[in-house]
Amino acid sequence: MSFSVRSLAATTLVTLLGTGVLWWGTDGLDAYTAETARRVEVLHSPRPLPAIVLEDQDGRPFSLQEYRGRLVAVDFIYTHCATLCRSLGTDFQQLRDRFPRGAQARDFALVSISFDSGRDDSARLRKYGDTYGADGVRWRIARIRDKADLEPLLQAFGVVVIPDGLGGFEHNAAIHLIDRDSRLTRISDLGEAAELAQEIEKLL
Amino acid sequence: MRFAPGALYLLLAMPFARTWLESTMALHMLMQIPLLAAIGVVTCRSLPEHWQQRALAGAGGPVAWVLVALFASSYWMLPRALDAALADPLHETAKFLCLPALVGLPLALAWRRLSVFGRGFVLTNFSSMLAVLGWLYLAAPQRVCNSYLVSQQESAGRLMIELAVLLFCGWLVTLFATTRPAHGRAHAPAPGARP
Repeated sequence: MSFSVRSLAATTLVTLLGTGVLWWGTDGLDAYTAETARRVEVLHSPRPLPAIVLEDQDGRPFSLQEYRGRLVAVDFIYTHCATLCRSLGTDFQQLRDRFPRGAQARDFALVSISFDSGRDDSARLRKYGDTYGADGVRWRIARIRDKADLEPLLQAFGVVVIPDGLGGFEHNAAIHLIDRDSRLTRISDLGEAAELAQEIEKLL
Repeated sequence: MRFAPGALYLLLAMPFARTWLESTMALHMLMQIPLLAAIGVVTCRSLPEHWQQRALAGAGGPVAWVLVALFASSYWMLPRALDAALADPLHETAKFLCLPALVGLPLALAWRRLSVFGRGFVLTNFSSMLAVLGWLYLAAPQRVCNSYLVSQQESAGRLMIELAVLLFCGWLVTLFATTRPAHGRAHAPAPGARP
């Protein structure tokens, strides 16, 4: 084999392999970030969630599995948050108001989970809930009862929380939809409540 | 000196070094990753000459090796790959293997055989990739890497743009320095000629 033919063959092979690796590593050039990757992944294969005990703003224990048979929108917040969590709260208000009563309202619930278990006690959760009109029935504001369960829950959702060094946190700001089989089935971006509501409407 | 790359490699793999070099996005992208690639470059230089020649001949020249380095470095510039390396030990191991073996080593192998044009292509391509990524990190309103704060992302982005400009300027200076004497010689008076 001549030198130039060998060069052409090796270059073609490397190009094919390299393109293949980049294609595989970005889910077909769809997901360049871990955040997009988790969204693509749950769309294709809904993810089962661990049965972890939560506690709502009235101190009542519950788990996400109790919602089996219904659709649930979940977001992750901390009540001291002055930025993204407020926008999430507004998105949740829109979702709640979109299905105000009747069978649709019974079939769809909202849960906001605080990952700041150290500071967010029941009183703080209640105050946060009052700000957005979360009634504690259709829309519950919750915390993790056992702090050891926080990491497994965040991992199951693919949520990464990092202290920002100023007493707050940076975290994935998204709305997670749980299907009737208690599986994470869709993750929507902040500010896309209207689009998500349309999807939920189709499923109800 | 002979064992320096191996010693540096082991040092970089130590938990304390990984924790420190992965603590910020700038250190991760602009210190740990380049150091791992540099280990590949130094390792290649210490390989017997006939091995290097055989590897180059096997691929029919330097082009395929440049492409190996280009694809591998592109992959490890993906924010997703950085996050995966931090979250998954398997990915972290892959990073420690790929960067010396598939970025530094092939690049060093190909470099000596590349023409000025070829080197220029590699450097301008790498600088522009670095600058575009840096600009993306600066412009993104949210975290691109889940593992790092937005402020760290911005600082990494700024440093990447600065490094890209420096690299490009450095290449221009080298180009000027290497072409000028030839130019001077062309116009030098022939021996014995009248001034």
